[in-house]
Amino acid sequence: MHSFSITLQYIFTGIAVGSIYAMVALGFNIIYNCTGIINFAQGEFVMLGGMFMITLTTTWKLPSLVAFPIAVALVVLVGVGFERIAIHPLKSPSVLVLIMITIAGSILIKGVAMFAWGKEPCYLPHFSSETPINFLGATILPQNLWILGCLAAVVIVLAWFFNRTLVGKAMRACAHNRDAARLVGINVKQMVTLSFALSAAIGAVAGIVITPIILMDYQRGAMLALKGFGAAILGGLGSGPGAVVAGLLIGVLESLGAGYISSHYKDAIALVVLLGVLFIRPAGLLGSAEIQRLKKF
Amino acid sequence: MLRIQNLKSYYGRLQALRGISLHVGKGEIVTLIGANGAGKSTILNTVAGLVSQSEGKILLDGKDIRGLPAEKIVKRGVALVPEGRQLFAPMTVADNLALGAYLRHRNGSKAELEQDAEMVFGLFPVLKERRKQLAGTLSGGEQQMLAIGRALMSRPCLLLLDEPSMGLAPKMADEIFRTIVRLKQQGVTILLVEQNARMALEVAEQGYVIETGQVVVQGPSADLLRNHDVERAYLGKGYEKVWE
Repeated sequence: MHSFSITLQYIFTGIAVGSIYAMVALGFNIIYNCTGIINFAQGEFVMLGGMFMITLTTTWKLPSLVAFPIAVALVVLVGVGFERIAIHPLKSPSVLVLIMITIAGSILIKGVAMFAWGKEPCYLPHFSSETPINFLGATILPQNLWILGCLAAVVIVLAWFFNRTLVGKAMRACAHNRDAARLVGINVKQMVTLSFALSAAIGAVAGIVITPIILMDYQRGAMLALKGFGAAILGGLGSGPGAVVAGLLIGVLESLGAGYISSHYKDAIALVVLLGVLFIRPAGLLGSAEIQRLKKF
Repeated sequence: MLRIQNLKSYYGRLQALRGISLHVGKGEIVTLIGANGAGKSTILNTVAGLVSQSEGKILLDGKDIRGLPAEKIVKRGVALVPEGRQLFAPMTVADNLALGAYLRHRNGSKAELEQDAEMVFGLFPVLKERRKQLAGTLSGGEQQMLAIGRALMSRPCLLLLDEPSMGLAPKMADEIFRTIVRLKQQGVTILLVEQNARMALEVAEQGYVIETGQVVVQGPSADLLRNHDVERAYLGKGYEKVWE
């Protein structure tokens, strides 16, 4: 194989995985913007998305088109339920307490998932054919195109939601200035619930589209969450475009690193890049240094 | 309209207000003056629901609203223009105004909201030109106008203004004060906190002087303007009289 096509191949693979990281990072950012916390249960939303989809299509024999929205809705239900039970009732919790709660939530969801689906990785058929498409000597799986399409859809919907709808603007208002948001009558707690719903939905979409490629088991969410978290930080915590750019970047670097250096160091490469960038630009690629100073962490 | 009885507020274990009582009549402008840290802003923030620990009564048209969260208090027709504007800086002027009417979007008609936006643009024509501009890029005076405009979009019956002239050029401060008078003529009741005591007393009917969380002097603002103690401490003249 021509070396150009090999590189191209790595880049295609990287973009597909990177799209997942980008979606996970977007999920982190939405909750971070609204509450100032990192939701460590984000990876579990991804895992649950895949798992629900598997159950719905293989056990219940639902067509993918029907199962997809149901799986997303179920994960949203879990996300909102988690927020309502564990976070909503707290009066004025500190950031640290909230983060601990999300870690506990993550462990709990993982445990329940292990009982429900067992420890073995579960398989989900590709959405469309598994025949790779040839492109300049490299091949693309149709599923990778689905992943890219889902990322594009998520980005478009989010951009529309945050820039065009009043509720979306209200969420941004909360992120920017909580007291001022309350003064115009925005119920911040409702916005927090909504942010969990949105994040869960995005996580679920990511989980559903990636499952046919990587398989899914109860603890697969953690690694995806870690990479997604890296992408969120690299892009600048809270920045939507940053999350997408950084997610894709980490995916591509990881894939190139695995191909040209060693696949054993795959995970390390992405994190080394992350550290390197943060040494030079602590606010992240697209984060603003001014906002960085106002953040709690 | 607004009657505050023996209001005490706390920031953690620190007591900021030590039993404030005051009254704002319908259609009046009432001003609170006093030094930095006297508790003027705390009074407004407590009325608006931003201070979580308080005791006493805040009666709005006879109903106690103390302890309600800020978002419920806006619903009752009380709007605070906070100190330092607190705009949504990365959003446009139009978005800031739309969010000001956040609670009215569900039941209010679109035409009504547009009409109110036009009313705000009527008060502050410069905002209309800057409609598409980000709030953070406006000048200090324009930001203050936008902050007042945003508060007006909730159609308040009581407007709480926290240091509207802070950091503004004298000419701009004059304009803000002219607007305050115009709003009063339109029937808005105003509780005004100001560092610029003279200007505030000149537009207000009643004044209260706040010191270390207590009301020390109160009365019609014309009397306060002539009161020697107030003159010396807050109006910045009269030293000669004392020395003589």
